[in-house]
Amino acid sequence: MENFVQQLINGTTLGAFFGLVAIGYTMVYGIIGMINFAHGDIYMIGSFTALIGMALAGATGLLGDTGGVILALLVVLALSMAFNAVYGWSVERIAYRPLRGSFRLAPLISAIGMSIALQNYVQLVQGARPRTIRPVIEGNIVLMTRSDGFTVVLSYLQIFIVLVTVALMAVFTLIITRTALGRAQRACEQDKTMAALLGVNVDRTISITFVMGAALAAVAGLMAVLYYGAIDFYDGFIIGVKAFTAAVLGGIGSLPGAMLGGLLIGLIEAFWSAYVSTEYKDVAVFSILVGVLIFRPTGLLGKPQIEKV
Amino acid sequence: MATATAASVPVTRPVNWIGVLKDAVIIGLVTLALALPMVGFETTSSTTERGWPLLNTRFADVAAAVIAVFLGRLALNLVREGVRAPVAFMAWAVFALLLANLITETVPVWNEAVETLLVIGAFVVGFVATWRWLSPEGTTSSEVMDDVAAGLQRWNRVIAPIGLLLALAFPWLTGLYALATGGEFAISRNAVDLGVLLLTYVMLGWGLNIIVGLAGLLDLGYVAFYAVGAYSYALLALNFGWGFWACLPLAGVLAALAGIVLGFPVLRLHGDYFAIVTLGFGEIIRVVLTNWSSFTGGPNGLSGIPRPTFFGFPFERNPAEGETAFHQLFGLEFEGVHRVVFLYYLILLLALITNLFTMRIRRLPLGRAWEALREDEIACRSLGINPRNTKLTAFAVAAMFGGFAGSFFATRQGFVSPESFTFIESALILAIVVLGGMGSQLGIVLAAVLVILLPEWFRELDQYRMLAFGVGMVLIMVWRPRGLLAHRAPTLRLNSAGGGR
Repeated sequence: MENFVQQLINGTTLGAFFGLVAIGYTMVYGIIGMINFAHGDIYMIGSFTALIGMALAGATGLLGDTGGVILALLVVLALSMAFNAVYGWSVERIAYRPLRGSFRLAPLISAIGMSIALQNYVQLVQGARPRTIRPVIEGNIVLMTRSDGFTVVLSYLQIFIVLVTVALMAVFTLIITRTALGRAQRACEQDKTMAALLGVNVDRTISITFVMGAALAAVAGLMAVLYYGAIDFYDGFIIGVKAFTAAVLGGIGSLPGAMLGGLLIGLIEAFWSAYVSTEYKDVAVFSILVGVLIFRPTGLLGKPQIEKV
Repeated sequence: MATATAASVPVTRPVNWIGVLKDAVIIGLVTLALALPMVGFETTSSTTERGWPLLNTRFADVAAAVIAVFLGRLALNLVREGVRAPVAFMAWAVFALLLANLITETVPVWNEAVETLLVIGAFVVGFVATWRWLSPEGTTSSEVMDDVAAGLQRWNRVIAPIGLLLALAFPWLTGLYALATGGEFAISRNAVDLGVLLLTYVMLGWGLNIIVGLAGLLDLGYVAFYAVGAYSYALLALNFGWGFWACLPLAGVLAALAGIVLGFPVLRLHGDYFAIVTLGFGEIIRVVLTNWSSFTGGPNGLSGIPRPTFFGFPFERNPAEGETAFHQLFGLEFEGVHRVVFLYYLILLLALITNLFTMRIRRLPLGRAWEALREDEIACRSLGINPRNTKLTAFAVAAMFGGFAGSFFATRQGFVSPESFTFIESALILAIVVLGGMGSQLGIVLAAVLVILLPEWFRELDQYRMLAFGVGMVLIMVWRPRGLLAHRAPTLRLNSAGGGR
């Protein structure tokens, strides 16, 4: 029971990351129908930017008291979102926009090239070894204690991660459902030609989609830095595949689906590691991906696609 | 007619200086944002006394990147605006100056990598400007490549036999080279080894081409079949003591079976989904190989795999009791290079079988069905082609060739481990197929030379190798989305007057 509750807490935290990264996949797939293979690496760049930001804040002595920590976190969050947004924009501009309307495998291959390039760029400029950082938010609440001394803890960091995720997702859902920008995005998703005829700037809308996805990935990157305390240049690949699985599981193209899928993948991974085996946790996620795509390609909340001639 | 004349007369209009500058400034600022955190600060493993990672700053590199990108963009914008000759001269002058400085090191520069990148950048700008200046108005570089590809295809009947002869003679040519440069006749072991590596990738490329180029399915997990072949041979040889020639067909069969088992459920998926599922399968196989230690040896892999024999005659200085070694059979002096040359001809043979098979099957109904499916699945279905079974055969056949290549890999290395079968390997093989021009057999050879040999020649640039590889993949896709030498001559002409066959 205690172990179960602890895994529930850990899985939810993990699910928050996956959800944030999955939104990037799902929005891009929804609007231009391609898998942004480099999105995992954009997330990885976001986590490096966040690590550098925290290191700078730490070096200036800002992280001494609680107020300083909150200030530093907000500033680093905003800055890494901004810098990462530029990465998302540039990737779209360089690797995807010229291929729009080209033959269908070309953007995916270009995305794989971009992913390899970004990984090796980071390896080159930041080194191949994992970079570590000491905990920024410490302390926790003990929820339960078992007779053998095993305690169920909910750390402040986990609370912070889930709260920030929920807040950001609320903001982004509002943007998509209520603003002119969101309306333009949904219009482009349905019919780009018609949207363009009605005065929507399609290229700009697609750019903004990449920018939003990259900004959310940067948030996930900051959280990974705080939660795991270590990152390396290769992290983006596996998180990317898992987040993509989450997006597919939830129903690709659907924003609530990405959040639900992320949560489910986080929980599955936590429980699988706790009760089955840690070695095969990646196999579990990949099997879900394969299974969902084969048996229910529209995912849990997705709309069925009609094949047209 | 009127429009054609209007297009061919060069229109002189004033250069939009403000627009050109504004765009270059924006791109420069974007570069600043990209480079400032990632290049400007380098995280290190050491920490400050407060326990935070120590950061090195590299603002000079950031400044160099921003200025270079600004100038490069400005130059390219000016080229587009019609200012070609001056830009070309200036770019070549800058290129010459930088290159001279890179070689002579007259003015010391803090970072040689940055300097090299600047040289490359100046070269690119100079090349583009000169190209646009001298080439006739209206021809694009891509059209030129189309002509090259079409020409190559026309001359294929000449090029292919010459290439084959060169490949057959290659080990002896390296010996002649040693003779010509003043030494004795000695086959270069390193060169032949490199040839083996190249041919392995050519074979894998030709194998994957059946799935990607002919059937039009993007497979991101081809390395899984390569792994199945390698482990099949390794396990059969280690556990039952079977020889290479007995295991080779078995490895192919097992890989083909793996192809059918994996392919059966996923082949109704399309495009990107199919790609990502094959990626998932590739990773599953690698994770299983890593973790199933009792069977596969886990992350340490399997070692002591028997080396190939010349149809039962081993390549050893002192063969075991009752065995005759290769050099004894032919009455030669023992030399280590014999085995390498044998491996070379072995992989050449395997690769040629793959190629011949592909070329022949394209003329059979099955091959035609693959290509038809690639072009239009719905039309095929209405014509009574079963898409799933047809794709499955493509998958199984390609997997079989992957399995052959895998067991060759195992016997060549004498050692297999999951390390050799990562996603990057799949991406490498895919890149060879795609860069060469999907479906083009000759293109694959050229792409393999580009992807495998170039990095080997520039060993000291090892750390830039994968970066350049990724960037190259993006650039080639942007430039020629169907591959460098993509040229689709129709395999069948309906009009017999047009030289139909």
